Amino acid sequence: MTNLVFAELSNGKLRKTAHEAAAFAAQLGNTTAIAIGRADEGELQKLGAYGIAKVLHVANESLNNVFSKAYTKVITAAAQSINADCIVISHNSTGKSVAPRVAIRWNASLYPGVNGLPVNGTIRKAVFSGKAFADLTFSDGLKVVTLNPNSYKPVAGEGAATVENFEIAIAESDFDYTVLSIEDEAGGHVPLPEAEIVVSGGRGLKGPENWNVIEDLANALGAATACSRPVADIGWRPHHEHVGQTGITIKPTLYIAVGISGAIQHLAGVNQSKVIVVINKDPEAPFFKAADYGIVGDALEVVPKITEAVKKMRAEG
Amino acid sequence: MKLLVCLSKAPDTTSKIAFIDNNTKFSENGVQFIINPYDEWYALVRALELKETLGGTVTIVNVGKADNEQIIRKALALGADDAVRIDLDPADAYQVAANIAGYAKSEQFDIVLTGKETIDYNGGIVGGMIAELLDMPYVSLASKLDVDGSSLKIEREMEGVKETVSVKMPCVLSAQKGMAEARIPNMRGILASKTKPVAVLTASVTEVKAGVSVFALPAEKTGCKMISADDAAQLVSLLHNEAKVI
Ligand SMILES: Cc1cc2nc3c(=O)[nH]c(=O)nc-3n(C[C@H](O)[C@H](O)[C@H](O)COP(=O)(O)OP(=O)(O)OC[C@H]3O[C@@H](n4cnc5c(N)ncnc54)[C@H](O)[C@@H]3O)c2cc1C
Ligand SMILES: Nc1ncnc2c1ncn2[C@@H]1O[C@H](COP(=O)(O)O)[C@@H](O)[C@H]1O
Repeated sequence: MTNLVFAELSNGKLRKTAHEAAAFAAQLGNTTAIAIGRADEGELQKLGAYGIAKVLHVANESLNNVFSKAYTKVITAAAQSINADCIVISHNSTGKSVAPRVAIRWNASLYPGVNGLPVNGTIRKAVFSGKAFADLTFSDGLKVVTLNPNSYKPVAGEGAATVENFEIAIAESDFDYTVLSIEDEAGGHVPLPEAEIVVSGGRGLKGPENWNVIEDLANALGAATACSRPVADIGWRPHHEHVGQTGITIKPTLYIAVGISGAIQHLAGVNQSKVIVVINKDPEAPFFKAADYGIVGDALEVVPKITEAVKKMRAEG
Repeated sequence: MKLLVCLSKAPDTTSKIAFIDNNTKFSENGVQFIINPYDEWYALVRALELKETLGGTVTIVNVGKADNEQIIRKALALGADDAVRIDLDPADAYQVAANIAGYAKSEQFDIVLTGKETIDYNGGIVGGMIAELLDMPYVSLASKLDVDGSSLKIEREMEGVKETVSVKMPCVLSAQKGMAEARIPNMRGILASKTKPVAVLTASVTEVKAGVSVFALPAEKTGCKMISADDAAQLVSLLHNEAKVI
């Protein structure tokens, strides 16, 4: 199979999800990458470490922001130029706005949010908000695959990719809209859906003034912070931290839930985490049934002890 | 303004998930169905609010069989004017998008609203497909929507970033939390809904591009290892040495 991977840039750097998508595509077969917008000196060459020999680059600064029409034009043109059978894109907000357009324009089958490589002619995705999987029939024809973040672990090897300019004319009509403003809410931290470790707080924390225990543990672990829905609704925490059925879905390797009861709608956003730790003062809290490790106790007493133990471990190396 | 809201039917969020026919079909036994939350709370309610303040019509479109009538009536009870049901049990997102686009092509809607994703298929792709098929701008993951003359001012919430954009109508968008607050139908709405028109159309596209071969349930958790609250350090060593996640 000949593949094209879309390697997403953000502020000149490849996103973590771009490494994942590149390594995944390289496993599927011979893969060329397409990158759009400004790239830091030497950045795109790094894709060589994930099995990519060649990167096509559209260094058009007016495409630093994502536009579904313009990106679709570039990605489908690049796929045609290398005669690709399959396009791999990350299933993040960029992928969700671009991949469906690409699939239609290219007349391909679209496999949204897959968790791994195809096996025996099918490819797996989570459905029913993480409560089940569907194995989709992997077509012999043209395909667009979007890969769920944190689903495929890229292993960096050796090598540098060669970078070629990809010439394509972008017209006024290729921009879906004009961007009025962009606000960085993560404040330079790892975006929640990309975080490997997430520390999350619920109503059991009693008030926003206690969030320092969550933040201290997150800092010690290099983790992102999240919260349950009521916590965002009452305004203790910003809305973009709300995980679950109505918030965002995450898939970290470690999810630490503090003072969260474990309602089914909360679990829908976190049940694909690899390891779940629950800290709750109620031994009957439903979350323990979905957990791998649990501590029954008062969050304000237990969490600082964990933070200390993490710091000690890190200090001892 | 002429608004189209794409509604899908979804199992209630607390439903037990099970499969029948050799794991090829979702078991509807004992399942309560609802309107997919993103479609109802955000897309539909915001469309109704715009109609109430600016005038116009809100049309519902659903791709589904006759048993979807119940969720369509609920949308009409909430205040939508009329509905179109395209009579097909969809096998993939392409079928949904192609049939909706086929219908919308000749109707000149100003805004086509979808939800961020369905809570049963979790694709998040129907809106983008419709936008491409209709050759319209696509604004995904919209959390705020206001009309500004012939343009829309929309906020999009993405990975830790909020983008505010100005888009010209007609356009397609996908709605998420923040756009509106859930409503409950009132008695007058429920009565009125009974006589509102629901047109049933034959599906124009039946090709399947990425169908489900088989479903599977995840392995059960093997049980939770409990650690004493006095011994928090043990948790850290288990996460490091046993689970190997820190
Ligand atoms: C359609 C729908 C969609 C929803 N979507 C979401 C969603 O996306 N995300 C979401 O999170 N929720 C969602 N909910 C709400 C969900 O049902 C729960 O109400 C919510 O998750 C509960 O939040 P919580 O666990 O923080 O609070 P609570 O349920 O109040 O639980 C607090 C927990 O903290 C424990 N506790 C109290 N004090 C302490 C202490 N000192 N130390 C340790 N533990 C303590 C308690 O034992 C309890 O288990 C949704 C609900 C509906 C109906
Ligand atoms: N059968 C359907 N009928 C009408 N609209 C649908 C249907 N399925 C999905 N949609 C719309 O498309 C959105 C995204 O769906 P999906 O791509 O399946 O996650 C939903 O939130 C709905 O607005």
